[in-house]
Amino acid sequence: MTELTKENFSLLNSFRKIPFSTRAVGGLYLAVLILGIVNGFNISTLLSASLHLFGVWAVLALANVPSIQAGTGPNFALPIGIVSGLLAMVLVLSLDIKGMAFILLAALLAIVFGSLAGYLYGRLMNAVKGSEMAIAPYTGFAITAVFGLLWLAIPIGHPHMIFFLGGGLRHQIPLDQFDANFILARFLEIEIFGLEIRTGELLVVFAGCFLMWLFFRTKTGIAMSAVGRNPMFAKASGINVDRSRVIANMMSTAIAALGVIVYAQGFGFVQLYDFPMFMAFPAIACILVGGASGQRAKVANVIVGTFLFQGLMATALPVFTRVLEGAGFVNALRMIIQNGIILYALSRMSKGGN
Amino acid sequence: MSQNLLEFKSVSKSYADNQVLKDVSFDIRPGEIHALLGENGAGKSTLMNILFGMPVIHSTGGYEGAVELEGEKVEIKSPFDAMALGIGMVHQEFMLIPGFTIAENIKLNREIEKKNMLNSISSRLFGKRMKTLDFKQMNKDARAALDRLEMNIEEFTFVAGLPIGYMQFVEIAREIDKTGLKLLVLDEPTAVLTESEADSLLSAMRIIAAGGISIVFISHRLNEITAVADRVTILRDGELVVTKDVKDTNALEIAEYMVGRKVSIERASDEARKLDDEIMLSIKDLHVAMPNERVKGVNLEVRKGEIFGIGGLAGQGKLGIANGIMGIYESRGDVFLDGKQMALGKTRKMLSAGVAFVSEDRKGIGLLIEEPIDDNIMFTAMSIHSEFLTSLRLSDKNAIREHARKMIKELDIRCTSEKQHTGRLSGGNQQKVCVARALTQKPTVLFVSEPTRGIDIGAKKLILDLLLQLSREQGMTVVMTSSELAELCSICDRIAIVCEGEVAGILPPDAPPAQFGLLMSGVKDFEGEVAS
Repeated sequence: MTELTKENFSLLNSFRKIPFSTRAVGGLYLAVLILGIVNGFNISTLLSASLHLFGVWAVLALANVPSIQAGTGPNFALPIGIVSGLLAMVLVLSLDIKGMAFILLAALLAIVFGSLAGYLYGRLMNAVKGSEMAIAPYTGFAITAVFGLLWLAIPIGHPHMIFFLGGGLRHQIPLDQFDANFILARFLEIEIFGLEIRTGELLVVFAGCFLMWLFFRTKTGIAMSAVGRNPMFAKASGINVDRSRVIANMMSTAIAALGVIVYAQGFGFVQLYDFPMFMAFPAIACILVGGASGQRAKVANVIVGTFLFQGLMATALPVFTRVLEGAGFVNALRMIIQNGIILYALSRMSKGGN
Repeated sequence: MSQNLLEFKSVSKSYADNQVLKDVSFDIRPGEIHALLGENGAGKSTLMNILFGMPVIHSTGGYEGAVELEGEKVEIKSPFDAMALGIGMVHQEFMLIPGFTIAENIKLNREIEKKNMLNSISSRLFGKRMKTLDFKQMNKDARAALDRLEMNIEEFTFVAGLPIGYMQFVEIAREIDKTGLKLLVLDEPTAVLTESEADSLLSAMRIIAAGGISIVFISHRLNEITAVADRVTILRDGELVVTKDVKDTNALEIAEYMVGRKVSIERASDEARKLDDEIMLSIKDLHVAMPNERVKGVNLEVRKGEIFGIGGLAGQGKLGIANGIMGIYESRGDVFLDGKQMALGKTRKMLSAGVAFVSEDRKGIGLLIEEPIDDNIMFTAMSIHSEFLTSLRLSDKNAIREHARKMIKELDIRCTSEKQHTGRLSGGNQQKVCVARALTQKPTVLFVSEPTRGIDIGAKKLILDLLLQLSREQGMTVVMTSSELAELCSICDRIAIVCEGEVAGILPPDAPPAQFGLLMSGVKDFEGEVAS
């Protein structure tokens, strides 16, 4: 009997350790699921939708881990990585390369472009130490606008990519024309009791998470964490603080570039123009909901946070639409929930999950 | 009416459990220059904070005893009260607006308004704050104040770009321009001045005092005190040592009062100890840009296996030496380690060459306070020597844990386990973690700065014993920087006293206390005075 109470006690304790933001969003998600089931939804339909959004967002959320750990904060300049990935995809598609070859080649180019852009961005972050989080979002907005012009001016003539009239790339390039829509998602896809599991996509996500976990067990990774915790301590131990921060931002930007490839195949479109503009905030909200703070992030934060936050986003729209019988403000409601959670997560950022 | 301008009567003050002033009584006569002297932490600042009604005093429960001004007990609740009573102060940091002229700075918030028709209308419409100013009169007043200091600079010059010495004079001119000023407190006014500037400041002080204004002169420069002060009050550890007429004493005696007899603490006798002649560390013309601890040309030679002490008052640059060599702050000069010239500012190279550093700033530099003990201990060794890595180049959790446990045992680090965050440890145990991290690098030269600051007596003894043991048994060269002369004397083989960014002198640990005191106060040629 005493054993049991002790057990309960420790369970309660470990529940207390879960950050409030995680508990709150988790609770909301659970409530929406129950509401959905009560209103006749199939639980597997709701979970499938949740897993789908989890798969496309997880890598973008993961991109924030190195930048947070190195002390430059969440990567508010995620659009830099995203345009790098978009550029990689556009270039490969313009050569009419299709299918898995497109994905692999685009990924390779994305890493190259992302690292280069990340290097420059890292240098910028070092130049504006102390006000990273003010500078970063606008860097992202600016780069999105610059690439908006580029998409118009780029001399690509592929018929599936340009506007029907005149030149310039389309807003959305359909990947089905290149045999690349859902290509990772469909890889080894399985269905159990109506629950769709996009195996290939999830494999990519978990491989990325594992590599990140491994990286923070290497000398370089441990040094990077120390730079984020206490730059003076790191400096006194002979670590090049600025270099460490640049490496972190190269990683972050390159991972974001890869993330947008996963995202694009998951929806079946390459989205251009102002698409990157508002990608940073939901990705950051994912990791913060998972319990990360502005100074400390773990891979577990990415997995838990992305699943809960994107799961909520994926289920809230259909459930509310049915509950409110298609009232016109359902989408507005979804926006309120999404931005409300982002706002809340950002406001909690400095205090941190722990 | 009493003949005293100001009297402190049995003033005591505690911060929480820490008594910083104990029953201090002394008086200040009208028109005298009264020097206030004491080591860091002796209670000078607290006393002045009481005199100025600083919020820090009242928010911590006020003080005991009484302050009397011209024979009447006064309650000074805020700096405004102090000003109204005619007490002025010139701070160590200048409080001037660079973009204003000298006259505007002197008259700031005490501007003279024009008396004319337009002004009376506009002030009625827009309030007093909108009155136009009588610059002519303001400049005239400022001129008069500057003239009293025999300062022949134009009052309409902008403060920006003035030499530091002039800024000091502007500050003083501002104070003496206030009507009804009775007492002027100068807090280390000569610390930032060149010698000739300091001389003219001292003569200005004489002029002010001759005009009937009393001056409290806080300084640790004994030669200035003996040159200018009428009386001197010495505080030590919050207690009044003595108030004396300067003409009845001398620099040597004052130095002895300041340092006290506490220096002579037990020291394990090691008469047989013979120092290696080999030079391990040679420092030539080292300059370090560490804020508040500037080093301005230090030359030192440290022998192999010795414990070399660096002492001196706070802010004189003793802490800058180790920080500069380790590349924490920008530095220039030549440093030779075991005969090899080392590149300055390259922390990594210093560490790989076998130099370890225990910083005086435990929480800021010494520790990752939100990380466990074991990660703290192994960090530098991993980063510099690639230790604690598995064959796959991943961190070796087992090795890290084992090593941490060993260190916890050896250094008696009191903790729940090696996974406890260092932020939760007491100061002494945090310091032991810092030392453990340095020792994990297996250094040949160890810099330790303020190793016993803010830690309990047991931990203090353990750390000092450990340093002694490292030097005696392992032949490690230890350079210990400390504000506590007593602890330097207890284990060091030689002690360099740093004053104003330079080495004032090097003494054996058994040198008389007065000699240390004189060196700390910038009296370098004390041979004659010792003899006298």
